[in-house]
Amino acid sequence: MAAFRLGMIVNPIAGMGGAVGLKGSDTPEIVARARELGATPKSPLRAGEALAAIAAGNADIEIVAAPGEMGEAEARAAGFEPRIVGGRTGIDTNAEDSVRIALEMANLPVDLLLFAGGDGTARDMVRAIGDCIPVVGIPSGVKMHSAIYATNPRTAARMVLRYRQGGVPVRELEVMDIDEAAFREGAVSAKLYGYLKVPLLPDLIQGTKVSGVSSDRTALKGIAARIVEKMMPGRLYILGPGTTMRAVADRLGIKKTLLGVDLIRDGTPIVMDASEKQILAVLDGGATIAVTPIGGQGHVFGRGNQQISGRVISRVGIEHITVAATVEKIASLRDNLLRVDTGDADLDSNLCGWRRVITGYKTDAVCRVSF
Amino acid sequence: MSGQRSAFRAARWNEPLITELSESGARGVVPPAVDAGIVAAVGDVAAKLPAGARRASVPDLPEVTQHRVLRHFLRLSQMTMGFDVTTDMMGTCTMKYSPKVHDHIARGARLADLHPLQAEESLQGLLELMHRFNRIMCEISGMDEFTFQPASGAQGIYTNACLIRAYHESRGELGQRDEIITTSFSHPADAATPAVAGFKVITLMPGDMGFAGIDTLKAAISERTAGLMLTNPEDTGQYNPHIREFVDLVHEAGGLCAYDQANGNPLLGVVRAADTGFDMCQFNLHKTFSAPHGALGMGCAAVGVKEHLRKFLPRPIVTDNDKGGYSLDYDPGDGIDRIRAFIGNVHAVLKAYSWVMSLGAEGLRAVAETAVLNNNYMISKMRNVPGVTIPWPANNYPKLEQVRYSFEKMSEETGVTSHDVIDRMVDFGVQHCMPSHVPMLVPEPFTVEPGESLTIEEMDHMLNAIKSIAEEAYENAEKAQGGPYNAATTKIDNDVPEDPDCWAFTYRGYQRKKEMWTSDQRRKIEHHQGGY
Repeated sequence: MAAFRLGMIVNPIAGMGGAVGLKGSDTPEIVARARELGATPKSPLRAGEALAAIAAGNADIEIVAAPGEMGEAEARAAGFEPRIVGGRTGIDTNAEDSVRIALEMANLPVDLLLFAGGDGTARDMVRAIGDCIPVVGIPSGVKMHSAIYATNPRTAARMVLRYRQGGVPVRELEVMDIDEAAFREGAVSAKLYGYLKVPLLPDLIQGTKVSGVSSDRTALKGIAARIVEKMMPGRLYILGPGTTMRAVADRLGIKKTLLGVDLIRDGTPIVMDASEKQILAVLDGGATIAVTPIGGQGHVFGRGNQQISGRVISRVGIEHITVAATVEKIASLRDNLLRVDTGDADLDSNLCGWRRVITGYKTDAVCRVSF
Repeated sequence: MSGQRSAFRAARWNEPLITELSESGARGVVPPAVDAGIVAAVGDVAAKLPAGARRASVPDLPEVTQHRVLRHFLRLSQMTMGFDVTTDMMGTCTMKYSPKVHDHIARGARLADLHPLQAEESLQGLLELMHRFNRIMCEISGMDEFTFQPASGAQGIYTNACLIRAYHESRGELGQRDEIITTSFSHPADAATPAVAGFKVITLMPGDMGFAGIDTLKAAISERTAGLMLTNPEDTGQYNPHIREFVDLVHEAGGLCAYDQANGNPLLGVVRAADTGFDMCQFNLHKTFSAPHGALGMGCAAVGVKEHLRKFLPRPIVTDNDKGGYSLDYDPGDGIDRIRAFIGNVHAVLKAYSWVMSLGAEGLRAVAETAVLNNNYMISKMRNVPGVTIPWPANNYPKLEQVRYSFEKMSEETGVTSHDVIDRMVDFGVQHCMPSHVPMLVPEPFTVEPGESLTIEEMDHMLNAIKSIAEEAYENAEKAQGGPYNAATTKIDNDVPEDPDCWAFTYRGYQRKKEMWTSDQRRKIEHHQGGY
């Protein structure tokens, strides 16, 4: 069997805005601001995790990598001797580099292109290669509304290895993105940017985030009333993003940061649109995390709410997590599965299993939490 | 036949509310003045009323002449689409032909002239009928005792929730057991009524086959489990094959199991609630048992229990006495005193009794088989309608009496939604179809239940209507979205019925609320009222 060529492109700045609460990393200004706020690159680590798992698979795979931090370094760290395409890049790589290198890989060609990034990177891939070659996406961005991404770096590796074995059909899936500027203003409106061909392994990809799922207003009010009635004096409440948590803030008369994390104590806002650092700074006594899964793909942690990081969750304690969603939203999730991808594999497995989800004032659903 | 119906055009009267027709001094009938001698003998008839119950002013009733009242209600009736006017396959509702002879019997003086407070010696015929029908229902379900007191399906399910509460209360466990488990595709009353009865409700979501699995149930069961309340088959027409294990697991945990058989149509004579281990069940006589329904009138739920729950049933219970007759047992027992006054909507019981007696045991099974066969005929044809899918394609189990189809594909490809299709159907002289109970878990849902009454021509007509609309959606989406065109009203905006601010149950409420409507709400409501 001829060697299987796997292209590897890492968008090294993807995801930098997440933990510092910037909701994206689309422009150089935002990346600079993220650096100021102490953000460190996450996508190289996640690409490295995927590549290490691929290496462990001992399959006959030749890696064709983008230079430097854009793939080469991660591939070498995982023990591969990658062939490099794309020549040199500047110190600060940009979207044009991703597009140019992906195009080169498509012309080579590679059998499969593995890339690490978020919705912006997926849009670059659509621009460069469209449906020429199949791709596997390692979720490393802040926003990942696109259906194409694997649920986490480990499943991305499994997708590569399964596809390598052959017999896996491909299917075109949506690449979605939202307007980052509007996102920071609190409006969600996902737009379809095109399609990428993805190995058809439905259990391993995350599915599309559904924007504005028609939620039962009454159920949302019921969820909010229940969470607010259970609030205890002196306790810190960490409200994740989304319209479900906005209903909770509405009930308290607080204007929620729709896509940010807000900290509330005794019915009063403590820090609005908090970063991971700010959450950790005020976490002294008892706290409760209240989150809602992202419609369509089901992530409770690790998508759009990276501020509530593994460290935050561990400090608060798994038993102090409240998950709420309307039944419609749960039904929109593949197999009604909730997903977690905190970046901490041990924590992820501790979060797995069956979990009660608040669906109304006196109603719960039981849902399975998985990677 | 279908050619005739494609020319369907409903009556369209721009009819005001009866209260808006009121003209001061208008009268239908002017009764003669009361004789002076009677006035002298009776005195002030309202004098004995407590002050709080006496009106300070005359009620604001509409004043309308008799012929205008007749025209008003006949016009409204012309604008309705009942089973006797058009084909109806309203899913989850078990619409069927209600034999007219049963109406005739029920309207007769021997039943219509009875009063619930008559002495029981003078009610022996009715009580015998109730008692016999009780035995029949026990035979059909495997239960040991029935009550017909609840006046609606939801009230019947509520009765089940109250029975579960009474049972745990009698054992001193109610404080601990405060959770009822149901499934996402059970009737919403299986979640709503236990909440009213004070329970917390845990919903099991469907797995990849469209029904909840055993693992999901196990994850929900705990020492707090009071009971299981569900429908089976669910709204999807899918029978959960794990039902026996479900019941056993809940029993092992100390809970009771209530089988909502509001729609018992596909299982009559096939499987009984008691055979799958249930402690109690409930049928809607106004669905499966052919008593007419719709317009929320004259319903009757038959609630049955196993022996160990008999003492918790609402009272009175009809019993046979040692004199060879029948009595009303008012002994309060240990449970629910009553769900509603007296012994139930006896007209519905009489119609259901007549229906069962006219069919016999074999006939009941034929009802179930025909309903399932008709549904599977519809499925075989619906599969060829463009843009229609059946959720959970991995599930190859046969469907029973109904299916929740999805128009998601059509909606994605043409922008025409299930709501549009349902509205457009009326132009074909078939009743609009049930989309889904809430919450709507199937995208662009469309639920069809043909039942056993319809002829193959009627089913074909319905299928042709759906197929024509689907083809229209792909050729002329705008037209498919704009219906109905020939109905009594134009397209209805669902925002209005879903917005409590837009509801008014009385004319007084309407007058009060309309002052608070936003211009958008006002526009939508006026569109509804005017119809066009």
